[in-house]
Amino acid sequence: MTEPVLSIRNLTVEIPTRRGLFKPVQNVSYDIHPGEIRGVVGESGAGKSMTGNAVIGLLDDPARVASGEIWLKGRRIDNLSAEEKRAIRGREIGMIFQDPLTSLNPLFTIGEQLVETIQLHLKVSATEAKERALSLLDRVSIPDPMTRFDQYPHQFSGGMRQRVVIALALCSEPSVIVADEPTTALDVSIQAQVLDLIKELAEETQVGVILVTHDMGVIADTTEQVTVMYSGEVVESGTTDKVLSAPEHEYTKSLISAVPRPQVKLHRFPQVSYGGRETTFKIEDLARNWRKPEPSKSGKLVEVKGITKKFLEKSAILPSRRTYFTAVDEVSFDIKDGEVFGLVGESGSGKSTVARMIGTLLPVDGGQINFDGDDVTAMSAADMANYRKQIQMIFQDPFSSLNPRMKVESIVAEPLIHHKLLPSDQISGRVHELLDRVGLTRAAAAKYPHEFSGGQRQRISIARALATQPRFLICDEPTSALDVSIQAQILNILKDLQEHLGLTMLFISHDLPVVRQMCDRVGVMKQGQLIEVQDTETLFANPRQEYTAQLLDLMPRLAQLSG
Amino acid sequence: MLPFILKRVFQSMLVLVVTGAIAFSMFTFVGDPIDNMLGQERTMEDVERLRARLGLDKPIPVQYFKFLNEAAQGNFGVSYRQGREVSEIIMERAPATLELAALSAIFAVVMGIVLGVFTAIRRDGFAAHFIMSASLIGVSLPTFLIGILLIYLFSVELGWLPSFGRGEVIKIGGWTTGFLTESGLKALILPAITLGLYQMTLIMRLVRSEMLEVLRQDYIRFARARGLSERVINFRHALKNTMVPVVTVIGLQLGAIIAFAIITETVFQWPGLGLLFINAIQFVDIPVMAAYLMMISVMFVVINLLVDILYAFIDPRLRVSAK
Repeated sequence: MTEPVLSIRNLTVEIPTRRGLFKPVQNVSYDIHPGEIRGVVGESGAGKSMTGNAVIGLLDDPARVASGEIWLKGRRIDNLSAEEKRAIRGREIGMIFQDPLTSLNPLFTIGEQLVETIQLHLKVSATEAKERALSLLDRVSIPDPMTRFDQYPHQFSGGMRQRVVIALALCSEPSVIVADEPTTALDVSIQAQVLDLIKELAEETQVGVILVTHDMGVIADTTEQVTVMYSGEVVESGTTDKVLSAPEHEYTKSLISAVPRPQVKLHRFPQVSYGGRETTFKIEDLARNWRKPEPSKSGKLVEVKGITKKFLEKSAILPSRRTYFTAVDEVSFDIKDGEVFGLVGESGSGKSTVARMIGTLLPVDGGQINFDGDDVTAMSAADMANYRKQIQMIFQDPFSSLNPRMKVESIVAEPLIHHKLLPSDQISGRVHELLDRVGLTRAAAAKYPHEFSGGQRQRISIARALATQPRFLICDEPTSALDVSIQAQILNILKDLQEHLGLTMLFISHDLPVVRQMCDRVGVMKQGQLIEVQDTETLFANPRQEYTAQLLDLMPRLAQLSG
Repeated sequence: MLPFILKRVFQSMLVLVVTGAIAFSMFTFVGDPIDNMLGQERTMEDVERLRARLGLDKPIPVQYFKFLNEAAQGNFGVSYRQGREVSEIIMERAPATLELAALSAIFAVVMGIVLGVFTAIRRDGFAAHFIMSASLIGVSLPTFLIGILLIYLFSVELGWLPSFGRGEVIKIGGWTTGFLTESGLKALILPAITLGLYQMTLIMRLVRSEMLEVLRQDYIRFARARGLSERVINFRHALKNTMVPVVTVIGLQLGAIIAFAIITETVFQWPGLGLLFINAIQFVDIPVMAAYLMMISVMFVVINLLVDILYAFIDPRLRVSAK
């Protein structure tokens, strides 16, 4: 085997805190060979990104490399001066960040940013730099590089921007690229393209890639070697095939088993049970105090009839010159009592817009929404208040959907107070009960949202949504921002709620395996239109539309995993 | 881009019509100008004659239209106190104020941005902490007090700089300038600092907080990962992004510098528009007051318009949506 291009030996990173030294990375070792893609997988906080940052010399203060060595092509680089490290960054080691929307400077053209980097590293003339920039754009398959060269980042789509970011990382033919969750913010189909590009580049330019991700599917599809990290330490390392098919460490086993399977439907999501993380929930207790929702008159709680939403694309003084973008185009479906209805599709397909219209957060531009037989679009203010009490929403981002200036107690109590559901002396007791049921302690009530992790915050959101004892719950990508293990917890809570409380749910997700586990029926959206509605099992087994088949095909599969 | 500018111009016109109405209403509601212009020894005939000559016997909307029409041509009538054309008086006084304001503005913008960037980059340094604390003084002390303190220190105690007036000025065409003589330049220093200090601290604090925000962005991290030097990151990538919101505030502050020169001009007996305005108030010289009000609002509106256009030049995202 060839010499490794990059070796990490017993790397430990420490952060001094008031409570002593905290070590987010401990004794981590791995090698990257030329042209090899090494996956580094683990939950958030496992130290995978921190290791990548240490390699590129970009640890945020006060974190520092405490011990261990990093070797790049036979040269030790962890003990270099800041200036020497800077000279290596971008030149020898490139980096790709998670969010392509924020990693490019919005005020400079793509060309300016490329030329700047090329000239810095290669000391060539402006014309040569431009030529090289154009060939790089071409290399990462950006169509029409000449025009794109003079455009600004906001004129590119997410996937295109990530290609630009990759082009920037390749500017001076680095030997190693650290790709930190490069596809997490992208759609499934775009993700597949970007991963293919990375694979191609690794093969062609013999660059070594460290691919940091929390997504087992990405690991299985893309990498040759994999390193599994848990709370700062490497628990298992080896070829991807071997680690995924015959994991040796308990954590790896439970992590792999927690990945939702697209192939089969299980009753519950297996949780990552390593390290005593399992939290117990007492949904059954909640059911005792819960008034069972009355069955709807027609058996269909929600009937959506041809709803349409248009957004103004180009404003003009004359109405005839205005152009509109049709985000949702005459979508119709029904949701039966106690059913979980899934909506899937790529970003921009209008899933969330449908949810918002049902949640009356956006007015409809046409069509009708019936809730238990009443037309929501033509309700009186009093009926509307009553309707809003019966529906609740859970949003994607648990960080921005809770008011950071309010204590958890006030957040959960707010719907109770707003809808005047309880006398003021009983509110506090009810809030504690709700928090208890979603697995949070009473002490949580007195804290602010920033003191909680993403999964805990999402549980606060669920407690808030349950406060009004709704009949209908709208979940808009409730777990997309969460780790696999946390995702399993949240999804299990939602499943229990649905079973024990007889809740009806609209479940929106781009994650098809999750949808398969959660939903009774699924609708597929494409460019604002609902192109297919089927029972979940039928849809996954025999998709009627070609587009659905394509989506199913693009799911990263853990082919190595059986069962 | 063009519809955007047209829309802004239209809005600006609307603002001017409204301030015009306020300026005009002073003529009608702040005392009777006839009383002010004719002394005790007047006859009813004198009053009627002057009223007709000034057009004050016509209905108010007609008078207002006439006022707007004249004002648009720079004609604000005759000063009650000096008996000369208001436009002539203003032209005579404007150079003093404009020179003072220009110097203060340069001082405020340059020092504000430099210190703001410095305190953002060296966030934890001693010098940055010192500048930040000192800037509190600039924000909290009233202008007249700063002026008086500066006069006490540099004119009375040290005797380095003059305490009042413009010093020797040179006339070039219709413009008088203090930039070309030593005493003129010396006389500018204290008033310019007094006038610009508040704006400088404001700009500095704004630049600092915006810059800190920008330095936290992903694209700055990515710029580091590309191996760019700190200098390029700070002054090319971060500074340009910092300036987007700062430009608006700077624009508004420049208007404020001219409008609030009144206090500084009073403290330093600076023969500019502010002093003219204060004197006009004392003598209820309404044409001068109205002209001053109109002039300031035109200035604010024009600066705002320029800022909006400049904004689109800095930020490509606005340019495209306006195309």
